[in-house]
Order: sequence, then C-alpha cells, then structure tokens
Amino acid sequence: MQPSVKVVSLVSVGRHPQSGRSRRAEQDGRAVELGLKLASAELTVVHAGNAQEQVLRQYAGMGLLSLTVLEQESDCDAVPVLVSFLQDKRIDVVLTGVRAESGESSGMLPYLLAEKLGWPLVPRVADIISIQGGAAEVLLALPRGQRRAVTVKLPFIASVDNAAQEARQTAFGPGLRADVKVLNVDSVVDEAASQWQISAAKPRPKRIKVVKAKTAADRMKAATAKPMGSGGKVMKDETAAEKAQAIFDLLLEEKVVR
Amino acid sequence: MSDLSSKDSSLDNLFRRDPRAEWIARNRLHPLHGEMLHAGSGEVRGPSGLLRKNPHVIGFIGPNGIKRIDRANVSSAAVGGKKRSGEAKEVQLPLHIVENPDFYIMVVADMVGGRLTGHDKDILGLAHQLVARRNGAVTLVCFGENKETQCDLAGVDRLIHLEGAEYEGFAPEARLTALQKIEAQYKPHHWLFPDSVHGGTDLACRLSARLGERLAAQAWQVNAEQTVCRGASASHDILRDTPRILTLMEECGDAIDETRHQVLPISLDSIEQVSPAVVDKGLIAVDSNAVPLAEAEFILSAGNGIHNWDQFHSTAAVLGATEGASRVAVDDGFMPRSRQVGASGTWVTARVYLAVGISGAIQHMQGIGQCDKVIAINTDAGCDMVKRADLAVIADSEEILAELTRLAQAYSSSKNQEEKSDAA
Repeated sequence: MQPSVKVVSLVSVGRHPQSGRSRRAEQDGRAVELGLKLASAELTVVHAGNAQEQVLRQYAGMGLLSLTVLEQESDCDAVPVLVSFLQDKRIDVVLTGVRAESGESSGMLPYLLAEKLGWPLVPRVADIISIQGGAAEVLLALPRGQRRAVTVKLPFIASVDNAAQEARQTAFGPGLRADVKVLNVDSVVDEAASQWQISAAKPRPKRIKVVKAKTAADRMKAATAKPMGSGGKVMKDETAAEKAQAIFDLLLEEKVVR
Repeated sequence: MSDLSSKDSSLDNLFRRDPRAEWIARNRLHPLHGEMLHAGSGEVRGPSGLLRKNPHVIGFIGPNGIKRIDRANVSSAAVGGKKRSGEAKEVQLPLHIVENPDFYIMVVADMVGGRLTGHDKDILGLAHQLVARRNGAVTLVCFGENKETQCDLAGVDRLIHLEGAEYEGFAPEARLTALQKIEAQYKPHHWLFPDSVHGGTDLACRLSARLGERLAAQAWQVNAEQTVCRGASASHDILRDTPRILTLMEECGDAIDETRHQVLPISLDSIEQVSPAVVDKGLIAVDSNAVPLAEAEFILSAGNGIHNWDQFHSTAAVLGATEGASRVAVDDGFMPRSRQVGASGTWVTARVYLAVGISGAIQHMQGIGQCDKVIAINTDAGCDMVKRADLAVIADSEEILAELTRLAQAYSSSKNQEEKSDAA
C-alpha cells in the first residue's frame, strides 16, 4: 500500500448492548482498523464531541499516536463541523461506521458528508483491496455473506460494515499516552432534535396470528392444518435428464446459480 | 343484494344434511321410502341380469374433501344431501379503486429475488393506513426484474416499474436519479422505504441527503402526525412529527388482505442518467460453505436417501450451494452437527432449498419454514417434503445429482467461453 494515501476515520461513542455502558463502537472500531491497514501511522482519527470522553482512549489504544477532537456539546450537529474540517484538506478516504450506537443513529452522517462535499459514497464496505492511480477497488458486504467488487475514484466516503476485519485489541497504557488534539469549532445546535421526546425503548409487541375465517370448519382447518406449499409441480415419469433440466431451470430462474 | 349472494357462495361449499330424508331412508315402512332411496340412483343390471353396484356413488364427501362411507347407517348416505364440490372456490376480494388521486405515497420496495418480501407488504399496508380514507394512491416503485404476480393483493394502487441495464446490480446512483425524477413529477406525500440491508436504507439515506429532508430511521409506529422510531442502537424510542421520508422496521404495519387493488402503471418522463462514480465490477465468488447456514441463499441438503456422499459434495461445489443435512445424515456421521437443518439444528432462511433424499419430518419442516422455494428429490411420492415442495422430482438421487452436475458444468463452461469471446 502506498504511504501517500490520506485516510480519516470518524469515530463516535458506542454503547454496550447489554450493560448500556459507553464503549468503543463496533463499526467505528472496524473503520479505525481498516484505516490503520490503509495508512498505518498516517491515519487521522476524528471525533466530534466531548474531548474528555474516556472511550476515546480505547480508540487511541489501537496504536494511534494522536486523536483529533472537534469539541462541541452533545446536542450539537456533527455534520457542519466535520464538513468544515474535511473540506480544505487533501483527503483521499473517509471511513465511518454504518450507524452510530448513540444519539439518533439514523446512519445519515456519511450520506450528508458525501452530499455536502460532493464525493461519492460507498455503503457497507467489507474491505478496501487496493488504492492505485487515484482509484480504489472496494469490496462491499451484501446480505447472505455475498461480496461485490466496485471501483471508485478518490476521494470518497465509505461506511464500514460488520463484515470488515474486527477491531484489534486496545492497549490501556498507549491509549492514555496518546495525544488528544482539541480543535475549537463553531458548532451548530441541532434544533429539530430538541423537539423530540426520547424515552427508553418499549418492547415491540409480537405479531399475533389472526384467523379471519367465517365458518367453524375453516377455523378448525386453520388451527390444525400443517403449513403446506400451494401444491407444487411433481415430476414422476420423465427421464432423469428432463427432471434435472427442470430443477436446473428453476435454479437459473431464481438466479442462485451464477 | 350482491353482498348477500357472496355470502351464499361461501356457504355453498358446506355439507348439508337433510335429517328428514335420512329418517325416511332409514324407515322402510315409510310411504316415501322407495322413492327417496331411488331418487338419485336407479338399480343398474348388467348384461347377465346381475345387480351392479356403482362404488362411486357410495358414501359422501366429508367437510375435509375426503370421502366418507357411513357403514353404520348405509341407506341414509345416498340421500344425505348435496355433494360438496372438491375445491373451495377462489374468493374474489372487493376491488379498491382510486380515480384521479389527490396525492401519492411512494413505497420503494426491496423486491429481493424480484418478489415482494413480507417487509415490503407490511409497508404497503402501512401506506394504506397513512392514506386513511382520503383519495390517495399507494404507489410501488420497483427496480429491475418484477416476478411478483400478486401486487394487486398486496395493496398496490399504482406501479412505477423501472427496468433496464442501468438499474441492475449495484446502482444506487442511477436509482437515486430515478427517484428524484419521481419526486419532481409527482411530489409524493411520503416516501416509505424498508429499513433493510437489501438496499432500502441506503437509497432512503441518499434521497434524504439529496432532497435535504431529515428522515426518520427505524420507525415502527407511524401515523399521519407522529412517528415513534428507534434510536441509540435500539435502546431509545424517539417520538417526533412524521417526516416525509421514513425507513420502516419489519412488522411496522399489517399487510393488506381484504381488498384487491388496481396496479395501474403510471408514466414517468425519460430519465437522463449520468455515468456513476461507483462502478460495479460484479459479484465475487465466495466459498459457499463459509457462509453461515442460517443466512445462506441456496442450500443443497442431504438426508437418508443419499448413498454417494462424494457425489453430493461435488454437486454442491459445482452448483455453488451451501451444504445442509437432515438429522439422520448427521447422526450417521456423514455430516457435521453444525450442518443440521431443523428444530435442533439451524433454522434456515434460504431463498432456494434443494432437499435430496429428505422425506420431511415435522422438525425438519419447521427449520425450512421461511424458505421461499423448496425443491425435493425423493423416491417416495407420498412424503411430506414432496407435498411442501414447489417442484418435486420422484427419482433416485444419484442419477439426478449426476445430471445436475453435468448441467452445471456445461453451463459454467459455456459462460466462460462467452466471456472469452467478449474479451476477444
């Protein structure tokens, strides 16, 4: 990998799914890991928020010498400060998580950055294979474990999927020793979000199976019948070749054989 | 009046007894006994003068469609009542008509495999709740191939179907351009997207960023005024005003099941596409056995009917299928426990499930409940797997697998040749 690639990873404060404590966010950790792979020590890690946050030390403990914090209050919008930070620098790749683990977690941040900066966005990246000649070859994570290769010109923004390389263990001491550079920025308060009523999540009700049968016989049938397919095609007397052809045609039609 | 007749037709199928006729048939001293008994079927004598019994008129068809012979009370059966017609009649649901809609609600469906998913159908149902008896049209926007035949039953009033090479594969930028065109032309009240990894979330975020409208992500309770959506990795509920763009979680609404809809295609002006910044280079071949069984797309599953295991593994490799197994195959030591499909193994969600030599114990059928298409290869035509399957082949597994391997090899070699000729 060429050392000339300038990579920025954006990190946020995560939330442990069981205990609810703050932690290194899963996908942001992967974004830092991918950034370290691409740019090693040259990687810039940026956080918009509280500079005193202890979780930042966990990111720093992944082998970072320094960390940049755009200091602002928790009710402020992260997009404008990040846009002004990224705009005037010659940056090749910006890596983020798909969805934050705290706040609104709408997953909009990379899209808004891409729109404001006019850069292409690559969603749900599993790996960045190579960056050569001003273009990158990127592997996307698709559902069901599939992968898709795409190429994109620099600079671009990528959101890192859970399928990417897992974040390395963080070291406590180096994390404490890392340098936290605090930048003073003009932050904008997120007015729309202050209108919202936020409460602890209510468990969602399970969907109940409602039988809308008119007669007792139909209700009995609905309660006792085994789930059956709607009577498929049965091939009995054809030759083996014809039967296999029928199966293969169905596989092609469903596009599972490529 | 029409309402009454539709009710009658549902009762038509019921088996109705005539107690009086049965009573007369039992009572040989009744003055009407002879007439009642011979009303339906006269005595038939063969050429030699022998009394012929027609076995087909004995008994009656019970409420399950199975023939019943009432041996305790022989004579009453013939007179019993009218026969039940074999198959229940297809019920025609009332048609929901929207003429000159005042507004549109756009639902951009995932259409995984070219069909509406359960998630898509729930969102169409929710869209009808948002229309709320006003004169609005729920419009389905779908890209690429559309194999769905039941759009009318899912609640699609209008349809925008965008097909073409530019929308195939990974093409969020082309799709976004099309959505912008729709926005400019129809100015929909709401844009609804499934909050899913199949591209719904991605497209919603792109549209939201382009239009500069804040979306509500992971919404699960939506009405015309207010929306409850999940935030902070699903640990908070956020109550907010309903925005124009929403991404909706699964089971956010109830799918339409009592009406039919028009599915009228509506026109869209031509779209000028610019060349995308992210260029699709196609899918990468992944090791199909490294994909977790629970989320594999195509599973080749083996049961007791497999004897040539080397052949089974090679067929799975050629087809690019993830291997699964029934409990018997695992207990006999032919497959690892991690490959077991069913109640005590993995519940799979494959789009295509090819079951070879599996008769279909109920525990196994539970495990494949969410599969879309099931194909069975079995020697027993009466087994449960054949009944469940969309395509069942009654044959020995070995020769069918051999044929399948041959077909798959021929297909891949012809594809390779095409690529070579394209390159040249």
